[in-house]
Amino acid sequence: MTQSTTQLMNLPSCPNDAVDVHVIQRIVEEHNQTRGALIAVLEDIQAEYGYLPETALRTVAEATGRSLVDIYGVATFYRSFSLQPRGKSLISVCLGTACHVRGAPMVVEEFERQLGIRVGETTSDMAFSLETVNCLGACALGPIVAVDGHYFSKVDPAKVKSIIRKARLGLSPVEESVA
Amino acid sequence: MIELTINGVLVSVEKGATILEAAEFLGFPIPTLCHMEGLSPYGACRLCVVEIGEGPKAKLVSSCTYPAEAGLKVRTASTRVLRTRRMILELLLASCPQSKIIQDLASAHGIRRQRFKQEYEDCILCGRCVRMCEEQMMAKAIGFRGRGEKRSIGTPFDVQSDVCRLCGGCMYVCPACQLRCTYTEPEKAICGGCANLSPPCIEKDPYDDMLCYMSPCVACEITKTEMKIGV
Amino acid sequence: MIQLKSIESFKIYRSQFLTKNTPSIPTVVIPAGTCAQAGGVNELIGLAENRILSSGLSGKVRLRITGCHGFCEMEPSVLIEPEGTFYPKVTPKTIGMIVEAVAAGELLTDLLYRDPNTGLPAPRQKDLPFFSKQLRNIIARCEKIDPTSLESYLENGGYAPLAGVMERNDSRWVVEEIKKSGLRGRGGAGFPTGLKWELLANQKNGAGKFLVCNADEGDPGAYMDRSVLEGNPHSIIEGMIIGAFGTGATEGVIYVRNEYPLAIKHLHIALRQAREMGFLGENILGCDFSFHIELVRGAGAFVCGEETALIRSIEGKMGEPRQRPPFPIQKGIEGKPTAINNVETWANIPIIIGEGADTFAQVGTKNNSGTKIFSLVGKIRNTGLVEVPMGIAIRDIIYDIGGGPSGKTPIKAVQTGGPSGGCIPAVLFDLPIDYDSLAEAGSIMGSGGMIVMDENTCMVDVAKYFMGFLKEESCGKCFTCRKGTQRMYEILDAISRGEGTLEQLDLLEELAWVVKDSTMCGLGQTAPNPVLSTLRYFRDEFVEHIVDHRCRAGVCKELITYSIEDNCNGCGACLRICPENAISGEKKERHVIDSDRCVKCGVCKSVCQYDAIKVA
Repeated sequence: MTQSTTQLMNLPSCPNDAVDVHVIQRIVEEHNQTRGALIAVLEDIQAEYGYLPETALRTVAEATGRSLVDIYGVATFYRSFSLQPRGKSLISVCLGTACHVRGAPMVVEEFERQLGIRVGETTSDMAFSLETVNCLGACALGPIVAVDGHYFSKVDPAKVKSIIRKARLGLSPVEESVA
Repeated sequence: MIELTINGVLVSVEKGATILEAAEFLGFPIPTLCHMEGLSPYGACRLCVVEIGEGPKAKLVSSCTYPAEAGLKVRTASTRVLRTRRMILELLLASCPQSKIIQDLASAHGIRRQRFKQEYEDCILCGRCVRMCEEQMMAKAIGFRGRGEKRSIGTPFDVQSDVCRLCGGCMYVCPACQLRCTYTEPEKAICGGCANLSPPCIEKDPYDDMLCYMSPCVACEITKTEMKIGV
Repeated sequence: MIQLKSIESFKIYRSQFLTKNTPSIPTVVIPAGTCAQAGGVNELIGLAENRILSSGLSGKVRLRITGCHGFCEMEPSVLIEPEGTFYPKVTPKTIGMIVEAVAAGELLTDLLYRDPNTGLPAPRQKDLPFFSKQLRNIIARCEKIDPTSLESYLENGGYAPLAGVMERNDSRWVVEEIKKSGLRGRGGAGFPTGLKWELLANQKNGAGKFLVCNADEGDPGAYMDRSVLEGNPHSIIEGMIIGAFGTGATEGVIYVRNEYPLAIKHLHIALRQAREMGFLGENILGCDFSFHIELVRGAGAFVCGEETALIRSIEGKMGEPRQRPPFPIQKGIEGKPTAINNVETWANIPIIIGEGADTFAQVGTKNNSGTKIFSLVGKIRNTGLVEVPMGIAIRDIIYDIGGGPSGKTPIKAVQTGGPSGGCIPAVLFDLPIDYDSLAEAGSIMGSGGMIVMDENTCMVDVAKYFMGFLKEESCGKCFTCRKGTQRMYEILDAISRGEGTLEQLDLLEELAWVVKDSTMCGLGQTAPNPVLSTLRYFRDEFVEHIVDHRCRAGVCKELITYSIEDNCNGCGACLRICPENAISGEKKERHVIDSDRCVKCGVCKSVCQYDAIKVA
């Protein structure tokens, strides 16, 4: 076993040995006919595990016959892929231009302060990951914060605390909620 | 055959040739860093830009990737080209001041100052090593990772690659780290490339700035740790 | 669903729809795009359905769930047909009342939109200046169509242009018609679409040709493509099929951002419907014409909007642009000829074919025909999507349609074209909006984002924002783009912290021109635009940061302080919320901020109801 695999196994969420090789093979199989299959395959794996585990990428390399360098390159090139396990809730703060001019950077900083992590990191209890996105396309309602697919609109720094609280309690399954 | 004009001189080259090849054929010097015979053209370092077209439509293109087109008018050393080249060299010096090749080029282009914040990045991401590994060594052990400012070259997951044969080809072609990055115990080193070099990198100062494309180099890593414990 | 095996059967099938002509039952049209969902529309839809059932109104009022209508500021809103009544900011409390009122044929005056200047109610959508000054060719169709229903699309004339084209059976005519319309690519550069198609049609059809719909809408602040994909996916599909007929393309790809889940869902539904009914696939409508469309999801990379990077991404590789020539039209996906158009371009195709190229060309100006959708966002009162004829003045969009600034602060500039574009200062607002005028002013049309900035927007910060964006989004291949954007960011960052020098300002400009000149793809060549255009029009702000260490907009943290003004009544809201406990003061007395402890997070300002927190 490689060094980094052992490292990952120490993390509480989804260690590499939880990766079911058959699941990965099935996903690869499903996209056999799709064009640009690799990106779709990685997206599906990430949907399954919340990130891209090393074992999964190695399995994809074996199953597709593409070199690991290519797969790793694609996995690190696109922003939506994560090679690190992510928290239970994913907080995405939109940093599109419209959100930026309306004060989104202050919202990001407030999240960082409240959660005690930087953008791109996960809290030690694996509850939250914080990331910024370039544009969620809901510019009229900015600054926008999306938590696990729920949109909070017109967010300002004072609303951050309540968003985190709501996320901890679990958000209702409808795609709405105005902070 | 395709006819084009370079610096006013008419030249005919075979279809598929690049501007760089045509210019070299005529003997016009064009500096390059990422280009290397035997490797596919890449166009990353931008040092080889030349000016094509006329009037408001004139533009700069990288001569190593741009195909020679019939009737093309090329200027390899116009004011615009030289201004650009000088800025590129200044940027390179600001990021990778240790490379002798870059220093010589900068000197030849009359660069006398460097106005950016000094960095010591070593790698200029020209990708020669990546292409060497894939195209000549058929290994694909290293590749580009990430994008933008986070782009880097290395093995997947930063661990020793299963397909690396320790040929050292990557180091051999590197324009930024040639004559650097050696190790005194080649039999322990992951890449043998440094075996024939002197002085060995470990004796150089500062040691941590030394770069090995096979990073982390197993041998060096061990020694580094030992050294740190020793201190 | 039946499969249509000939053009004739399509006509018969379609005429059934048109003759059925359901009696005019009043309809409550509820836009439910992503914006509206963020505003809570899903709950409203449920409530409306319940009310119709519980009050037994099913024969008296209908619901239609559509995509976005454009007036995002007022969402969730509803539109009542046939009168065209517009109710803004509908709440769970009012939706039931509206449904009842519609069934009873009444008007709820209290809930109507009121003109912010006159205070008078505007009952119909067309009475609102936001709508009346627009020319909504594409967006208005989204109002009529339920995006998940093919029947709804057919009822509104859908696929008739395609059937017409196939009946005429003259591919040359299609290309000529698009050329005649003068349509230019709506993705940014404005390349004539007809010309692009002609080039593709002239390529040898050996192993097949590709048509691509670029739905990787990456410009932050632009979302018209998302809106069209969500609201009228069949129009894109029909546009592509017509394109395939005209150019001889055999395969189509819609490359869509992964950040648009609703658009992806609606596209999947529409593609399935189109295949089932025989508009897509082998032998379309029984003719000797086959075309397939596949949906490919992007994974978050701005550079993939660039054509050659897009092609790489479709092939499942890193989105790294490559040298052109060869152009995609010669060598694209899998080395086959490929033409790429963006969403809005494709949405225009059925309109041009259906209504005639001449009708289309009459709108707009010479060389800039048709309408263009802009997303009007930022510090503007009426945010939303607006569709206007090309050539209209920027001022008309911002003040007549947009209603001017959102607050008391005057508008300073508008940013167009996203990270590849530039800032146009208020003094140039008489400029007509077209590809050429914007380019002359140092910006670009881009995909149509218009981010309005007021005096509280710092132009150094804006330039820094875009450089921060681009240094991450550059693919990193070209040294000058990768390092150039980093270095420009570094200098802008120093200036924003008050540590810049005037020499650095010159260096910034010098570097910007070199980056523009020396990179391979469109991203790098336009990357310096935000810097160059802000320097061109707002150099004094840069100098102010450097020389006076002052940020007049109150944005750059290192140069501002927070303080509390006289009008503080000591309510304590700021004191309680300050994360650093930097605010002190007795109840009902003016509070003070300890500037040593203040981290300038802005929380106090956002909770103060009396506007007593001063940033300077």
